[in-house]
Amino acid sequence: MTPPDTSTTAAAEPKIEIRGLRKAFGTNVVLNDLTLSVGHRESLVIIGGSGTGKSVLLKCILGLLRPDAGSIKVDGQEAIGLNAEEQEELAGKFGMLFQGAALFDSLPIWENVTFGLLAKKEISRKEARDVAIRNLAKVGLRDEVANQYPAELSGGMKKRVGLARAIATRPEILFFDEPTTGLDPIMSGVINDLIVEQVYDLGATAVTITHDMASARTIADRVAMLYNGNIIWMGSVDEIDTSGNPYVEQFIHGRAEGPIGTEVAR
Amino acid sequence: MIGFLQVIGRTVIQFLTAIGAAALFTLQSIRYLLTPPFYMRALLRQLMEIGYFSLPVVGLTALFTGAVLALQIHVGGARFNAESTVPTIVVIAITRELGPVLAGLMVAGRVGAAMAAEIGTMRVTEQIDALSTLSTNPYRYLVAPRLLAGTLMLPCLVFVGDIIGVLGGFMIGTQKLDFNPGTYIYNTAQYLEAVDVISGLVKAAVFGFVIALMGCYYGYNSKGGAQGVGAATTNAVVSAFVLILITNYFITEIFFAS
Repeated sequence: MTPPDTSTTAAAEPKIEIRGLRKAFGTNVVLNDLTLSVGHRESLVIIGGSGTGKSVLLKCILGLLRPDAGSIKVDGQEAIGLNAEEQEELAGKFGMLFQGAALFDSLPIWENVTFGLLAKKEISRKEARDVAIRNLAKVGLRDEVANQYPAELSGGMKKRVGLARAIATRPEILFFDEPTTGLDPIMSGVINDLIVEQVYDLGATAVTITHDMASARTIADRVAMLYNGNIIWMGSVDEIDTSGNPYVEQFIHGRAEGPIGTEVAR
Repeated sequence: MIGFLQVIGRTVIQFLTAIGAAALFTLQSIRYLLTPPFYMRALLRQLMEIGYFSLPVVGLTALFTGAVLALQIHVGGARFNAESTVPTIVVIAITRELGPVLAGLMVAGRVGAAMAAEIGTMRVTEQIDALSTLSTNPYRYLVAPRLLAGTLMLPCLVFVGDIIGVLGGFMIGTQKLDFNPGTYIYNTAQYLEAVDVISGLVKAAVFGFVIALMGCYYGYNSKGGAQGVGAATTNAVVSAFVLILITNYFITEIFFAS
């Protein structure tokens, strides 16, 4: 499903370029001199155990957390230290599917889906319902859902609405935070396919964080493994089974014994 | 000895940090309150929530406060033959002090707690982060409308509460204490000054701001899951109560001490 020009444009100028990123909470260093770049229209999946700083990384890129040091460039423009207005403008390039979907529970589904468009005044409230229904259809949800509230939906439906909300503004960059966590295998498959399809349709750059290997294999062009606040391995999705990296080997096979397990046990 | 000093130092630093954080939050919120874009729907919702839906609670409080004041002042006044002062003292006590303070405390319990719980839940379920990714500033969308609605609606509530409170005194005065209705109303109006009512309304506006600010501040900064939201709610209500009582003293001093 990947557009053919990925590798060439990725080499030209990265969509997101991170250098020397460091973020600590008190004495707990979560990201330590992290360097990473994501090419145009590339789908990067970051794998890693719980608490390795995957979410912190995404939140730093989105400007929700302020890193202690380093540089994050989006389309060549520095994203750290922007004022509120510049930050809001930059946020327009991003769409994000949150782990728990993070739907606004005081608003009906149609208003959730079109929230970003209404905020930017790109559509009127009159048009919003139709736009919402079109976006809901893209993720396989029927019209009736539009008038329901988030509390009335199942976990899988919430994730789909979250995806519809993320793609509604047609962002250049999409982030997916653990898109399949808490879903049954079939629904996970559905969400994975939807992600691949929608990222392709938008021609967007995608960064996904997950510890679900089935999901990583479906979504990724490239996979990076985050461990101890740093990227310890990166390669194309086909190389992951022959990485020769003991951390990656242990992680993808889910073994209790290995370099990661021993450090946790100690 | 060193350990003891460390504890004192740490407590002082934590206290100052908390005050600094709250002050920055306040300034930030006021800045977004005064500059566009404004979220009219969010504002209207809060006006309804804080104003209209608090009416029963504030009205009931005012009614019984007015009634009990009439009874007590009548008993106290009888000790030096001053029963006739009941209407005057009831209206002054209600408009200057009891109306704004009791309404403030009731609304803090009702609305301040709800704000902290709602915003706190939005924080822990990443809804506030989601707002930012959808080109919406959370201060503008969540905090500014609540601050404005609190500041505008509390004076309205207190004004209505003042009238209901006087009515409570009137009912007891005429039904139980044998006041002539005409005399009661005449005495109520006779000695009432504009500043009595105005000082109460100014207090109410300040209390409304404080209640909304505490609800938003603790909700916005809540951490962890259900426990964090619970703590935020408690802190919002308790600090609003304390701040209402403290600011009440200082506003009274500004108006009447000379």
